[in-house]
Amino acid sequence: MQHIVIIGATSVMAEHCSRLWVQASPVRLTLVGRDEARTQRVADDLRVRSPQSDVQVMTTDFVNAAAIAQTVNAIVAHAPVDVVLIAHGVLSDQAACQDDVIACDAALQVNGVSPVLFAEAFTKPMVAANRGTIAIIGSVAGDRGRKTNYVYGAAKGLVSRYAQGMQHRLVHTNVKVVLIKPGPTDTPMTSDLKAKGQKMASVEQVAQDIAKGIAVGKPVVYTPGIWQVIMLVVMHLPRVIFNKLNI
Amino acid sequence: MKAVSAWGRLSDDLHDVQVLTDRTQVTSVMAAHQPGLAFGNGRSYGDVGLNPQGHLWHTTGLNKLMSFDETTGRLVCEAGVLLRDIQRLFVPRGWMLPVTPGTQLITVGGAIANDVHGKNHHAVGSFGDHVLRLTLARTSGEVLQLDWTTAPELMAATVGGLGLTGVVVSAELQLRRVGSPWLQTETLPYQGLPEFFELADASERDWEHTVSWIDCLSGPRLRGIFMRGNHMSQAQAEARPSLRAALAAQQRKASGKALAMPFVPPVSLVNGLSLKPFNVAYYQLQKLKSGLDVAHYEPFFYPLDNLQHWNRMYGPRGFYQYQSVVPREGGEAAVQAMLDAISASGEGSFLAVLKTFGNREAKGLLSFPMPGVTLALDFPSRGERTLRLFSKLDAIVREAGGRLYMAKDARMPRDLFEAGYPRLSEFIKHRDTGISSAMSRRLMEY
Repeated sequence: MQHIVIIGATSVMAEHCSRLWVQASPVRLTLVGRDEARTQRVADDLRVRSPQSDVQVMTTDFVNAAAIAQTVNAIVAHAPVDVVLIAHGVLSDQAACQDDVIACDAALQVNGVSPVLFAEAFTKPMVAANRGTIAIIGSVAGDRGRKTNYVYGAAKGLVSRYAQGMQHRLVHTNVKVVLIKPGPTDTPMTSDLKAKGQKMASVEQVAQDIAKGIAVGKPVVYTPGIWQVIMLVVMHLPRVIFNKLNI
Repeated sequence: MKAVSAWGRLSDDLHDVQVLTDRTQVTSVMAAHQPGLAFGNGRSYGDVGLNPQGHLWHTTGLNKLMSFDETTGRLVCEAGVLLRDIQRLFVPRGWMLPVTPGTQLITVGGAIANDVHGKNHHAVGSFGDHVLRLTLARTSGEVLQLDWTTAPELMAATVGGLGLTGVVVSAELQLRRVGSPWLQTETLPYQGLPEFFELADASERDWEHTVSWIDCLSGPRLRGIFMRGNHMSQAQAEARPSLRAALAAQQRKASGKALAMPFVPPVSLVNGLSLKPFNVAYYQLQKLKSGLDVAHYEPFFYPLDNLQHWNRMYGPRGFYQYQSVVPREGGEAAVQAMLDAISASGEGSFLAVLKTFGNREAKGLLSFPMPGVTLALDFPSRGERTLRLFSKLDAIVREAGGRLYMAKDARMPRDLFEAGYPRLSEFIKHRDTGISSAMSRRLMEY
């Protein structure tokens, strides 16, 4: 059985990816979450969907480097990892981050530093085994900073740059790094946007794109695909024009 | 605030939407945002699921399965799970929901709140007959575990209770065994209501699923198509090797992109010009298919689910669905009178469904199904003209001792509601005072 590890397993995107995987064929799943009870509820759901899968739950502190290292070591010692999906994050409130550096620090830690540390911790054993896929969920917000969410965007930009460097480093190995950049997706994280009536991609569609990208080891996955075109335009808008836009 | 429409698209009032995602947090969301109303996948037609200018608690984020017993077929799941997801997961494992309506794109909570029925009502009853237990969150902060022995009254109020007794957080459902995803079907053209009733009665014993489409424009020489089906066992399905390839094709279709009505046309595509040829063509096409056949359960049960946003074809003003049930005694005359009134009005309906219900009472105090015959018709909204026709139909239903289906209704008068639902006074006692809907304000005190 494939061994798939989900970091941030209660994230709705990760949960839907997990559903796709267990429903495709039985797998060994290690779910890592912050909250034991919530992660157990996700595990119970997956066990109903796939009684033949082996679903384990672990909890850890996501913004503590020592705890991250310990968690990853424990997982790897248990069974070699085929895929790790690093999916946690919080869509931070830009106004709060501007108002209070403590909120800003928390947003940068959980959305930027933490995913990078998880990826780094998995890289060593994967390189040693010379196999596996590390998939990290970044964001289209990381492609260009803009006033409405640049702290979150900067954290996701860190993830993007990190993934790019890792892909360069690992090019001659069998370890693949997949960077996923979802556009606005209908999840609890964006429920405020949804309540305001913004159109968003369905999480089922995004999860399918992620699973497909991971299966083929695609270096960068925009989902839905249209965001690749949108961000190409956004990234190339001259600053004089961009800075006049209210986005 | 967000504009929310029901399936009939008759209104798009603003709602203050809260998204429920964690079953342990439901009461705190309800307490902080009331009065409100649970909203599932938005497939009810009228105002049963709307609360304009008020709070709407979206339940589709509550979509976790909680447990399944492979030996008894008992499934516990959260209320926002879509029936489609249950079907697709469990049919390959030999289990299926015993009752589903004409769409599987509804939530478990919505199926309970409207006590929905399917083509097999005469054989197995309505959705509520297969609900074993419920977890109900009230705006008081209580979370109640209900079943038919310990809390029979609140169960009966909640099943078919239009979401007004609390928010169903999770439910235990009894699934039924099924040997394959296939049905043995038979299509029979018929002429006139007496022939319809003969077919319906003759099919009740040997066929689990029965339904019929009628051409409501065919006038005195009424014609229709009767469809019936039975689930095929594994052995029956395996005896037909061609079904294996057909199943693969069906699965590709199900996982691929569904067709969609891409925009709202400026006028209803269902209108005086299109309806007659459409109905004639549909009748002739179905007539060609008459006889025995095999069908996958998805196209057989949910023929419109593969055309996303089909409700848009009725244009910017939206549409009504008028679904009534009248007792069998006098039922034939009542159905004939309704069809005559429709013909005389010049209004018409493409999706016209006629079906007999079995001789059983539903468990819910406000459940729609009762012994008799049900007629469902779609009408593009043409304002006063359409409403005038409905008044005429109301009089026929009232006279016959029938009732209208709340899941479809957007306009029934209060006296018809009270006459059609005699157990209303028992129901009222169980309402959650922090819950209110456009429909409850229209037909009840608050």
